[in-house]
Amino acid sequence: MSSTFDQVATIIAETCDIPRDTITPESHAIDDLGIDSLDFLDIAFAIDKAFGIKLPLEKWTQEVNDGKATTEQYFVLKNLCARIDELVAAKSAGA
Amino acid sequence: MHLEYFQLVDRIVDLDLGERTITVEAQVPKQNTIFEGHFPGYPLMPGVLLIEAMAQSSGWLLIALTKFERMPFLASVKEAKMRSFVTPGDLLTINVRVVHEGSGYAVTEAKIRVSGELRSNATITFGVIPFPNPELRGHMEAMATRIGFPQQAVSHD
Repeated sequence: MSSTFDQVATIIAETCDIPRDTITPESHAIDDLGIDSLDFLDIAFAIDKAFGIKLPLEKWTQEVNDGKATTEQYFVLKNLCARIDELVAAKSAGA
Repeated sequence: MHLEYFQLVDRIVDLDLGERTITVEAQVPKQNTIFEGHFPGYPLMPGVLLIEAMAQSSGWLLIALTKFERMPFLASVKEAKMRSFVTPGDLLTINVRVVHEGSGYAVTEAKIRVSGELRSNATITFGVIPFPNPELRGHMEAMATRIGFPQQAVSHD
């Protein structure tokens, strides 16, 4: 988890030019860090590449729009990292 | 190349869904009002139109990969380089490969060559969403036919 967070925080810092020390596991990517949807595409691309996964952004967005999930579930970084770990584990299990 | 209608791709030369690549050709017209202003006495194909040509070429590849279910919209352009001039009458050969297909987005790398010489290249990101309406999809399907889109490549994959 901590390793995942470190990688994700570094990606966000480098992609969005946000000081690394302002990014915490409790940070909300949108509300706290001000990351917009276009910047998040770059972040998703970097995460997809770094972890060998495909973040299901469309599914998440649909769930939020349908009221079935909150943005916190996917965009607070500790939660995002937990999702990444799940996707990596699922990929490893299926490999 | 129909600059007035922003239709820059003339024909699809090769489409390989397995390799996720496309090659297209685009003939820069010998005369166009654009060249009267860009530049007087020294006509050059504007760099933004070269980028657009690479984006449209990428778009056809992404439409093919999504089997005409989705439309790519330009989201960002990175590392766009205009390496040397493109002039009226040049025949562009544009090669594109998909670098990454994400959820709702895709990244391509595109290169423009003239007579084998690299003139421009870019890394381009697209939002890739379901066609917003049937009219646009119908228009793209009609245009695909005009530029020689190999429908069998999609239907048999």
